[in-house]
Amino acid sequence: MTTKFEIVRPGSGNRSEPVTPKNVPNRGGEANPSGTALKEHFSAAVLRIDVVNGETTVLVETSKVLDIVRWLHDDATQSYEYLSDVTAVEHRDLSRPIEVVWHLRSIKFRRFLRLKTQLAKGAKLEVPSVWPVYKGADWLERECYDMFGITFAGHYDLRRILMWEQYKEGFPLRKDFPLRGRFSRSEQLRQALDANPEAKYSMEELNVADAFEELPLDMRARIASGEKTGE
Amino acid sequence: MGLTARPDAGSAEAGKLPHSALPDKVEVEPRGSEGWVTTRLDFLVNWGRSNSLWPMPFGTACCAIEFMASAASKFDLARFGMERMSFSPRQSDVLICAGRVPFKLAPVLRRIWQQMPQPKWAISMGACASTGGMFDNYAVVQGIDTIIPVDVYVPGCPPRPEGLIYGIMMLQKKIMTERMSNKSLRNEMEPDPTSQLYIPASRIDELSEPFGNSVHQTRSAP
Repeated sequence: MTTKFEIVRPGSGNRSEPVTPKNVPNRGGEANPSGTALKEHFSAAVLRIDVVNGETTVLVETSKVLDIVRWLHDDATQSYEYLSDVTAVEHRDLSRPIEVVWHLRSIKFRRFLRLKTQLAKGAKLEVPSVWPVYKGADWLERECYDMFGITFAGHYDLRRILMWEQYKEGFPLRKDFPLRGRFSRSEQLRQALDANPEAKYSMEELNVADAFEELPLDMRARIASGEKTGE
Repeated sequence: MGLTARPDAGSAEAGKLPHSALPDKVEVEPRGSEGWVTTRLDFLVNWGRSNSLWPMPFGTACCAIEFMASAASKFDLARFGMERMSFSPRQSDVLICAGRVPFKLAPVLRRIWQQMPQPKWAISMGACASTGGMFDNYAVVQGIDTIIPVDVYVPGCPPRPEGLIYGIMMLQKKIMTERMSNKSLRNEMEPDPTSQLYIPASRIDELSEPFGNSVHQTRSAP
């Protein structure tokens, strides 16, 4: 019988606590089983599976991203409940395509999976949005759009999030973007001062009573019951 | 401090003296049964203002941590009459901009400055607020003096609380030299594009000396 205050050390005894892996090879090694499962389900759409530093990266076709993510999220044998990041990579070699990256995590099976897709330069940079599956993708995709100019088709409100909405200089994390921006300092400052910070968010929008119908159910129940939080 | 027993040497006579000859002190009648003091109104008003500066903290980065340390018990800004942090611009005297200001915050900072009532002063705390610091990039304002007028620049990355307190004491000295008769102190000037003396900001960029850590760094006012 264990006492209440027993010190739990990872991997001690018969417990199956996760242990930080040691001596992970740079290439190869134990792959995430979701990679092979994806290959079985979406054979043509899965282009490549790499295992780098113990993390599995699956390169998939752009058009199938939403189907794949939906299956990974819904399938009971995969159960990727958590989308930790959506980002993009532009390589220094400008002829290489831009990569869009999704980091998925399964809390149930303690798995991590990286999905990648490639967007050729010159064509329209557009990928399907995973917002219908993960609501948390909302701001991640907006940031990716803001910094790289990648359009997420199906996102309900795709607009800039870090730079102000009237920002005209382009997409700052692209390799062809100069570090100090395209305009002169005075022009940048003039445009920034002209921007209205409350253009999108008016006080009416911030009114809780008006937004009541759009609040999550549990929050609505708490407000309706008269419960006071904070203060 | 000199004491005087001449109650008839009133303000009429003192008003004829040049300002430099005026005593910056309070004179009292020690033996009088009814207490009275005589002093310059400028001195009294400035003394009151400089010793009850209510700061409007505009903290955006690590400088704000040092600012909090200055306000905490060890350095204790309350000794300088600044114990009341005013988180509303309408009830504040001195704006302390602590940290870098991105372009997205530029209209916000300017509006907060415009909301502050006169008399008002501004302290630019740290390298980023004063010049943009190491952030010589597309997102950061290269010195808040391109947005609002600044009275005291405090160098450092971030400045220690002693540095900020020294800057505040400098501001207090500056306030002590102000004169109510000088109306231009409170004039808020906007650049006039119709004036013959007006130089557009882009031209200032071209003419001005490069400064800071980059030959491309310019910071003309709009």
